[in-house]
Amino acid sequence: MPANRFNGFTDYGIGIGLRIPHYAHIFEKKPVVDWFEIISENYMIDGGRPLAALDLILERYRVVQHGVSTYFGSAEPLNREHLRRLKALVKRTNAPWLTDHLCWGSVDGTYNHDLLPMPYTFEAAEITARKVREARDFLEVPIAVENVSSYAEFHMSEMTEWEFLTEVLERADCGILLDVNNIYVSSRNHYFDPYDYLNSIPAERVAQIHIAGHSKFQKYILDTHDHPVIDPVWKMYEHAIRGIGPTATLLEWDDSVPSFEEVHAEALKAKRYIQAPATAGL
Amino acid sequence: MTLLELQRRMMTAVMQPLTSSGRIAPKTADGRPMKIEAGEFITPNSRLTSLERLEIYSRSYWYRALDSLYDDFPGLRAVLGQQAFHRLSRAYLAECPSRSFTLRNLGERLAGWLQRKPQYARRRHALALDMVRLEWAHIEAFDGAAEKALGPEDLIELGPDLRAGLQPYIRLLEFEYPVDKLLIQVNRASEEHEEASNAVLRQKHNGVEQRAIRLKRERTHLAVHRMDFTVYYRRIAAEEFRILNALREGQPVGHAIQCGFENSAASLDEQRRLLETWFAAWAELGWLCPPARVKKERVTT
Repeated sequence: MPANRFNGFTDYGIGIGLRIPHYAHIFEKKPVVDWFEIISENYMIDGGRPLAALDLILERYRVVQHGVSTYFGSAEPLNREHLRRLKALVKRTNAPWLTDHLCWGSVDGTYNHDLLPMPYTFEAAEITARKVREARDFLEVPIAVENVSSYAEFHMSEMTEWEFLTEVLERADCGILLDVNNIYVSSRNHYFDPYDYLNSIPAERVAQIHIAGHSKFQKYILDTHDHPVIDPVWKMYEHAIRGIGPTATLLEWDDSVPSFEEVHAEALKAKRYIQAPATAGL
Repeated sequence: MTLLELQRRMMTAVMQPLTSSGRIAPKTADGRPMKIEAGEFITPNSRLTSLERLEIYSRSYWYRALDSLYDDFPGLRAVLGQQAFHRLSRAYLAECPSRSFTLRNLGERLAGWLQRKPQYARRRHALALDMVRLEWAHIEAFDGAAEKALGPEDLIELGPDLRAGLQPYIRLLEFEYPVDKLLIQVNRASEEHEEASNAVLRQKHNGVEQRAIRLKRERTHLAVHRMDFTVYYRRIAAEEFRILNALREGQPVGHAIQCGFENSAASLDEQRRLLETWFAAWAELGWLCPPARVKKERVTT
């Protein structure tokens, strides 16, 4: 199960996000890490220090690209300049698969730079799936879409989030970057059972998993990536792994970033679940 | 409602400027109550109204965009002061929202916008404009493309009819104020930020702002370039500035030199000496590159 056509038939283990505050530690200590996830847009540039640092990382580590602004769910067409730069980066990193979010964030050429939630309609599923297919054909690399955390729902939705996700996955024939923390956050914000979600997704399409921490506010939970993973999310992760099998997993920690050792240790907690044998389907 | 219609309505609502207390705008751009607008496409739940749910996204957008400008333009902040900078940022973002997939480019239209909007910098308009142009050049020099540099051995073969290009990451700028010195002071104060107490910080911050106020006009030519991946500001002579610009525009070396020394008071001997010095420095800094692979870029002056 873990190595499948949606992650380039790889078996990448446990990775962490590559973040600038950790560069010095990584270059000096050369720690053993299964793989790093980079934010694609940080390296879709023409030159300078970021690309030089990335090249040093690529000499020693495996890297997967995670995007934040392809906006498969925006009604407008894909941004060709974005795709051209993304393809150049794919050639540089040799990433076996790449990921971006199942969301929207641009209209008529104006960008919001957020991961805005989709209305769960058949029209939106078709538009999104078409754009995923177009991007994959152009980039020539498998694509997995990530479920986002959300704080709003729309009157026009025609199905649940997990039904919408499945619609997109099947119409696009793409993989899923299953963000367990996002499911937890959205389940609390929208009152659904997160296990209903986990049990409904097509397990054979899971290319990668994200885990992360979040912040609780009085009336809602925000996906902030600035805390350790909480126990209920680990339990969901365990449930997911039991059904899917050991899958490339990445810990996201983007704000108030602690030391490299702390982030890596938090990520490696996933091993206790990954190394347990799969016993039941989702 | 189609997907496109929903996205247009939500985007317009989310990007409507927040109130001064950081809440979502009470009205839409066309004057409708935002509460009604939100209710027409967002469902409420038992804890949050439609408007409150929309507000989460609106605040998130504005804080992210304002933070991005705050980080990218510390020099402009020092020139204007925090409050005026905040006012300027809100107005700029309202009129020039991001048109790029990356936040890196959020400030790319700020200089042009500020040129047309002197009221946001008042008496410091010229100084603010210089600073914005320098800070944007810094961003471009940081991650701009680099071509293989011409070495001293290549320059020996360079005759008056041949062409040499300028590294794409280099930005050539002409200022009314010596903003390079001011920005270096601002950045130094910022680097000391974490080590200083609040009282010391306030003192340093006020010091930088005072220096910005007292800054005297001084015509300055600058090459914003990078070495070992660090961006530097190098003062250059007016003649040197003109030669480099001409080379970037694709002029043959001989013509570029002619442009550079047009109306120059320097004697021929002096010109020869300057050229030797400049070409040696450019070769050492790796500024020159083969012209064929360099795109012509609009020169900022």
